[in-house]
Amino acid sequence: MDKIRGRVWKFGKNVDTDVIIPGRYCNSIDYDELAKHCMEDIDPDFVRKMSSGDIIVADTNFGCGSSREVAPLAIKHAKVAAVVATSFARIFYRNSINVAVPIFESEDAWAGTDEGDELEIDPSTGEIRNVTKGRSFNSAPFPEFVQQIMSSGGLVGYAEARLAAQQ
Amino acid sequence: MGMTVAEKILAAKSGVDRVLPGDIVQASIDVALTHEGLGPMFFPEFERFGRPIWDKDKVVITIDHFVPAADIKQAINSKLTVEFVKRHDIKQFYPYNGPSHQMIAEHGLARPGEILVGTDSHTCTAGAFGTFATGIGSTEMVAVFLEGKLWFKVPQSIKFVVTGELRFGVMAKDVVLEMLRMIGSDGANYKAIEYTGSAIENLSVDGRMVLSNMAIELGAKVGIVPPDDKTIQYVKARNDKPFTVYTADPDAVYEAIYEIDATRLEPMVAVPHNPANGVPISGIADDVRIDQAFIGSCTGGRLEDLRAAARVLKGRVAHSDVRLLVIPASREVYRKAMDEGLIEIFFNAGAIIEYPNCGPCCGLHQGILAPDEVCVTASNRNFPGRMGSPQARLYLASPATVAASAVEGRIADPRKYL
Repeated sequence: MDKIRGRVWKFGKNVDTDVIIPGRYCNSIDYDELAKHCMEDIDPDFVRKMSSGDIIVADTNFGCGSSREVAPLAIKHAKVAAVVATSFARIFYRNSINVAVPIFESEDAWAGTDEGDELEIDPSTGEIRNVTKGRSFNSAPFPEFVQQIMSSGGLVGYAEARLAAQQ
Repeated sequence: MGMTVAEKILAAKSGVDRVLPGDIVQASIDVALTHEGLGPMFFPEFERFGRPIWDKDKVVITIDHFVPAADIKQAINSKLTVEFVKRHDIKQFYPYNGPSHQMIAEHGLARPGEILVGTDSHTCTAGAFGTFATGIGSTEMVAVFLEGKLWFKVPQSIKFVVTGELRFGVMAKDVVLEMLRMIGSDGANYKAIEYTGSAIENLSVDGRMVLSNMAIELGAKVGIVPPDDKTIQYVKARNDKPFTVYTADPDAVYEAIYEIDATRLEPMVAVPHNPANGVPISGIADDVRIDQAFIGSCTGGRLEDLRAAARVLKGRVAHSDVRLLVIPASREVYRKAMDEGLIEIFFNAGAIIEYPNCGPCCGLHQGILAPDEVCVTASNRNFPGRMGSPQARLYLASPATVAASAVEGRIADPRKYL
């Protein structure tokens, strides 16, 4: 996987999937429409302020609550390049891998990063470099099979590739 | 070293003698649940493979979120679901029967020792029957529909030991709000919970389902009540398929054990905007005015909940400033509530009584809040925007506390009405 470089939008603890994509929009499976409302209930201007390739940095328990897979999908289709958090809620963590949203769990990146900083993330080593501050943080790199899911565009693409290889 | 209930189920279902926390296993799925809310987004992904469902008799589908549809998009989701059911000849289709988690229990599909996955985070409700039950994403369900298997990282187990006896007017909801207050909304992240102790044993099946239902609010993968005679009788009366009861070994390993003395608990209220913001009712200011009171959902709409609310509301009327919503958790609950005269009590109290569905709990329809409105709710989440406007304020409480609050027009202690 290529390195990810982008500008930081910072959030606190317990960012739940209801604020990532409110239930009132979950009657739609048009992902570009969902993307317009990404993070709306925590920052109504988020989608207008951000640019393609930006990075979300949050504290503990990011993505708690509803299992809605449209939460990572809204982030993906809003063109957020990666999410870095002190910790993730478990269903969100699995969903993000399955729909190929790069996520990185780092103990100290949140505390050592301010909004607007520039980060560069190397998915193969898990290194998160704060370019603005000249500091680096660690995160666990993805195991090989998770990297393959990511580079296949998600679990469905990965399963298709595996089934095709069997035949 | 022994195993916990969750470890025993994962070992049995992945065909090994024992598992340890951190092991990654491929486990067989016994029941796969989806609904019109989060199903239609993966139906085409599954059908792209051109393969049959691995075992369609293990698939359960319902329509519970958009009942009846409030707009065209909702109606399309329901239509896509009905068409998928017909195309794949799914026999276990139980639509329009309240939130899936209650329907699963009533059909005897939450069975001890089995693995149940659903595209809904509150699938963990079935843990009340000793089921390894957990919410998964829609894409993961494609993998389940294809192969009937899913990978799990064996979770660390933690245990709540709730001793003593719940005092009058204190319900299972108050116990789980206390658990959340104790360990926080990520206190059990990635972990398996076991609920034990005399106060849990004395809880009804309805009450146990409240604890397991809100395991996800603690971040847990599963929240299991070890099966006992109550569990076995309930399941056997509803489904004749055999099942295996697993209990924890005496030397099973728990990462943490939390003790709660039920006797000292009072009614709890979780203040905005997190379920872990619990405060004993005596610590709540006496002037929290409310605009809406909601008794219902997969957390707070079961028969025991409606009985408690009705005891408070009998011969009383909701405050003139309050919209009181009552939604029984299923047709069975609705029927019994009618037979017991509870529906009449709610009607006479001025309640808006709705047909069983998920509706207002997740801000879909049938009880949406305006900016700056305040709602006290027997449901499970009080995140910003959960029930409508992100500027609304949500307080979580037991059905009895919600009913007392409806009467007074402000958050109120139910014990004086019971």
